[in-house]
Amino acid sequence: MAEQNAGEHTRDRRPTVIADDLHIVYRVNGAKTGKGSATAALSRILKRGEERGVRKVHAVRGVSFVAYRGEAIGLIGSNGSGKSTLLRAIAGLLPAEKGKVFTDGQPSLLGVNAALMNDLTGERNVILGGLAMGMSREQIKERYQGIVDFSGINEKGDFITLPMRTYSSGMAARLRFSIAAAKDHDVLMIDEALATGDRKFQKRSEERIRELRKEAGTVFLVSHNNKSIRDTCDRVLWLERGELRMDGPTDEVLKEYEKFTGK
Amino acid sequence: MYPKTKVSPVSETTHDGTVAVTAAPAPDEGLTPAELAARYGLSVSGARPSLGEYVRQLWSRRHFVLAFSQAKLTAQYSQAKLGQLWQVATPLLNAAVYYFIFGLILKASRGMSHDVYIPFLVTGVFVFTFTQSSVMSGVRAISGNLGLVRALHFPRAALPVSFSLQQLQQLLFSMIVLFVVAIGFGSYPGVSWLLIVPVLALQFLFNTGLAMIVARLGAKTPDLAQLMPFLLRTWMYASGVMFSISTMLQGRPEWITRVLQFNPAAVYMDLMRFALIDGYGSSNLPPHVWAVALFWAVAAFAGGFVYFWKAEERYGRG
Repeated sequence: MAEQNAGEHTRDRRPTVIADDLHIVYRVNGAKTGKGSATAALSRILKRGEERGVRKVHAVRGVSFVAYRGEAIGLIGSNGSGKSTLLRAIAGLLPAEKGKVFTDGQPSLLGVNAALMNDLTGERNVILGGLAMGMSREQIKERYQGIVDFSGINEKGDFITLPMRTYSSGMAARLRFSIAAAKDHDVLMIDEALATGDRKFQKRSEERIRELRKEAGTVFLVSHNNKSIRDTCDRVLWLERGELRMDGPTDEVLKEYEKFTGK
Repeated sequence: MYPKTKVSPVSETTHDGTVAVTAAPAPDEGLTPAELAARYGLSVSGARPSLGEYVRQLWSRRHFVLAFSQAKLTAQYSQAKLGQLWQVATPLLNAAVYYFIFGLILKASRGMSHDVYIPFLVTGVFVFTFTQSSVMSGVRAISGNLGLVRALHFPRAALPVSFSLQQLQQLLFSMIVLFVVAIGFGSYPGVSWLLIVPVLALQFLFNTGLAMIVARLGAKTPDLAQLMPFLLRTWMYASGVMFSISTMLQGRPEWITRVLQFNPAAVYMDLMRFALIDGYGSSNLPPHVWAVALFWAVAAFAGGFVYFWKAEERYGRG
């Protein structure tokens, strides 16, 4: 049974994301000496030369993997291990220092937080967020009601016509997730989005992720919640200090990871 | 460092029935990543599109550009009690302050009649503010929106364009005040008022180009945002916002006057005054003024656009 499945699967194993020895380096201005004094800044300017005074943070070091259509891949690792950075690089949002990422279509990061404005009503934010993700006005009109219903914002009164700053943090998070999850993606990347909202909403969003995964070619999920990784992913990449420590089926990698974290 | 363990992937069926990662020997085995990518038609993520493709992408995001600018504009006054009324009240108060200082205290009118000077001053202030605030928001267009740049995919030029568009809408509110001031001082609507449209269009193009240039500079060197107000203030005083350049420089060599008059801010201000104010005739305009206005608009916009696009793949780092 399993072999048959595997055989069937091999035929349409189309790669969707290929990372080839990827390195990402952040540059931080004026953090070299740890002092931000004016004289330090001045000497920095006077000395000139190759990016003196700029501290480099090597966040991802030589990561290579191939992701295939139909896979849901979890990314785990301790804080600061480069998970989010890796996602951004796959999405083409952070330029690579060395190496390359090849993708099929445009990978998108699930998250429109940055495009939304607290001073605008939920209604306008739905439209703005949709446009920011590249949806057309017609698509948004079509899905508007679905987004509002999914978020459950209007369950306790007409909140969608109020500015977002009046929402509780849970409500705002729910609306953000609903907007972000409204679009279909070729390659979808989710950065700890499941941890938002109450238990009921979490269940609903996990379901939505599974739906998205069916529609999307490939799903990447960053999470510190091993349970949600186990529930949604079938392959796991374990990053530690920017390096790929392990890459394999969920159960095996999580077992090693749990041993490592001492759980 | 950590040992890198590679678990040999096995095929298995997980509890929800989906097939887990499989790595049955495929014909792809042994290909380099680049060859594999080429074989399946994958493209490099985050590569800069060609100029034509970039224009097409930007055009397809026009609704976002417009919605973003309107949202920014609305968000600006959403906490105030008077709300959107401030869109008109702010320029009105600005005009009043400048009138008080330059009209009543400093008497900078220099030979212009009261009826000409007040609209002259107010037009100058509003038109220059349009360029000034476009540049100021342009400097921060990328560096102030890193969250957006790092989260979503869209042609980055959408940001400076959107901010200039926001300033244009702001100026349209100011124009209401300007019309009231002009009519109040005896300049009534006439055919020449139609010239306002091309002047605004040209100035908008110029501002957007400038915003894109400073957006790229500001993305690399955020310090520019600190320096910019001083440069802009110098530019304002050199552009004849509160005085007529030709009257002020009487007796000096003509080329100095011409250089100052051909500076883009002065050109757009003078054209707007010429369109709006009855007592401000064409004798106040330098020769070939429309050609110069067109030149500045096209040069700044085309140059700024290409300059901005050249660094497209690098925005968002650091």
